[in-house]
Amino acid sequence: MMGEPGTQDLVRLEDLEASRQLTGRKHILSLLVENKPGVLARIAGLFSRRGFNIDTLAVGPTEDPDVSRITLTLDGAVHPIDQVTKQLHKLVNVIKIRDMEPDGTVAREMALFRVSAAVESRAEIMQFADIYEAKIVDVSRRSLTVEVTGSQDKIDSFERMVRPHGLIEMARTGEVAITKSRPEH
Amino acid sequence: MRAADALCEALKAEGVEHVFGIPGGANLPTYDALYDADLVHIQARHEQCAGHAAEGYAKASGRVGVAMATSGPGATNLVTPIADAMMDSVPTVFVTGQVRTDLIGTDGFQEADVTGITLPVVKHSLLVTDPRQIPDYIHEAFHIASTGRPGPVLVDVPQDLSRAEIDYTPIEGTPELPGYKPPTEGNIKQIRIAAKALANARRPVIYGGGGIVNADASEEFREFCSSDRLPVTLTVMGLGAFPAPHEQWLGMLGMHGTRTANYAMDEADLIVCVGARFDDRITGKLSEFAPRAKFVHIDVDPAEISKNVPAHIPIVGDAADVLPKMTREYRALNPDSSRLEEWWKRIRDWQTTYPLRYEDSPDSEIKPQFMVEAMYEATDGDAIITSDVGQHQMWAAQYYHFTEPRRWLNSGGLGTMGFGLPAAIGAKVARPDDTVVCLAGDGSLVMVCQEFATAAFHNIPVKVFLMNNGHFGMVRQWQELFWDERYKSVEMGPSPNWPKLAEAFGWTGMQCTDKSQLRESMQTALETDGPVLLDVHVTKDENCFPMIPAGAAARDMVG
Repeated sequence: MMGEPGTQDLVRLEDLEASRQLTGRKHILSLLVENKPGVLARIAGLFSRRGFNIDTLAVGPTEDPDVSRITLTLDGAVHPIDQVTKQLHKLVNVIKIRDMEPDGTVAREMALFRVSAAVESRAEIMQFADIYEAKIVDVSRRSLTVEVTGSQDKIDSFERMVRPHGLIEMARTGEVAITKSRPEH
Repeated sequence: MRAADALCEALKAEGVEHVFGIPGGANLPTYDALYDADLVHIQARHEQCAGHAAEGYAKASGRVGVAMATSGPGATNLVTPIADAMMDSVPTVFVTGQVRTDLIGTDGFQEADVTGITLPVVKHSLLVTDPRQIPDYIHEAFHIASTGRPGPVLVDVPQDLSRAEIDYTPIEGTPELPGYKPPTEGNIKQIRIAAKALANARRPVIYGGGGIVNADASEEFREFCSSDRLPVTLTVMGLGAFPAPHEQWLGMLGMHGTRTANYAMDEADLIVCVGARFDDRITGKLSEFAPRAKFVHIDVDPAEISKNVPAHIPIVGDAADVLPKMTREYRALNPDSSRLEEWWKRIRDWQTTYPLRYEDSPDSEIKPQFMVEAMYEATDGDAIITSDVGQHQMWAAQYYHFTEPRRWLNSGGLGTMGFGLPAAIGAKVARPDDTVVCLAGDGSLVMVCQEFATAAFHNIPVKVFLMNNGHFGMVRQWQELFWDERYKSVEMGPSPNWPKLAEAFGWTGMQCTDKSQLRESMQTALETDGPVLLDVHVTKDENCFPMIPAGAAARDMVG
């Protein structure tokens, strides 16, 4: 018996549990911050001094020119996400933080790959691009540059496909995310 | 009006009467404005001490302390007090001059990126980019520094912008900050659950900290503790929030706390933490800390809850709001006090077996603990005591029995040597009618002794009781106990001649080397007008006990 509020029952100490610290999954945090100088430095500094490691980070404007959105991903198996968000909340320039629910979120990342593409492997790379709905955005005699958009997993998977051909350079934006709209009734 | 004048007007609108600081090139406009402003400026002799004085002022009074410095080295000298104020949650506003805007980023003379340098150690900082922001930022800084969990806020003002002409009207109400909404009221459902758990606990301990003092909630805390025979302990930051001695008082807890307090934590089944943060000096080895306990954690800063020790019942809120509700809910349950009988029997056993004690000298030698006891008697336990960091600080915490909050000002979190003298100056400015004594260590005092000039110049009659053991005593103790007595760089040598040094600055200098003279010397020092230094020679190699060795568990206390 947990001694619910409104009753006279006392709370048995054996029944008390502390909330778990680590979630064990990837988290996407979406932060709305004031568009002011130094805000990114405050966030980056907080992460480094508290020993939190950011996996990806994307910063950009929102529909409101005074507000920017910072989307960052981190590993909930390593970091107590609750502690991360509470520390972020203490920054005066951080307006809102959302720990995005995986099921209710659309998340996308864009990546550019320059792959060495000798004549004999060129067709195969272009085939991969086709399968991944990627675009060839630059071509030279020795290489192809491919633009891929999608979930982090999809881009990871594309990387695995092209790496054996010789991955010359890769640039990834980090994920941006937005909540799915609720089904209309 | 000139922006620098608006800065002073904004300070006055915030109720400021005193500021501590040092002028320089980049804050000349501000000092020019101070020439006419109705503000008392206390001219420190080192910016670090201007900052600690502002902290002492804030800790003694509960009001926001203000310190000013010029750009570059002036501003970097503020880093230590800013970090100190962050660790101990001291409401402070630091106003620094910055080079002209056209010089920013060019490595100009006396340029330092002070907002960048202080980023990890401020509650917030504001770099002025438009002269109209200057008074607004002062208001924002005061609001942020003094609400929620208090802390330091830096306002960096470029020289040219503070000379600009602006319109200024004081703001009404509190500034609108979209990202700053500090919690105040505790969740009543959580409070009820906590009260019900406490009413069922057989071995409870109430563990309070500096948050109670910051919230001015000592009355509420005492009321709550007296709801039942609840055992009470406090951190070094919380001393005075509950009166010592008291039949429910276990003594301070932590590294140099009493065995009773630490053993009680070790065996407790429910620990109610109010405004404290499970610092490593409290927990010792975290994995073996209070292994049988469930935790109620009340704090105004949600990030403190479950940071070091997972809380079973978290309550976010101001202690002054939460505690009366806890008291009401707890009393409504009519808990059976007899359930605590056995617990108190165990506690009384510890208290009898392990009282705080020391072996007094058989001759005229002054033991440091004796000195604190003499100081307690000479001041009727009624003074504001500041301290530096080290053995003397711990002995003061153990043997000066604080009965009221805001009487014990020390650097608990950052552990800043040299805090005591400037903090005493600030405290005396804030509370001129109170006796303010700095119990100094000789290792610490020499780091800030230029501040003798500040007290003499402004005639601030602080008393410094110097516990002179000729050593960095705490480091010496650690080298003795944990580093095979390989003493390295811990001896202070014969200099300075302290009474002469104090006299050179215009103080009264006194010395005492004989136990039988000590109380009388202290009395004379307290009754002498103006600032007085009393150099007390104490045992050189006394160790501060009991102690939990670093990284050990509470039950493995030594000494």
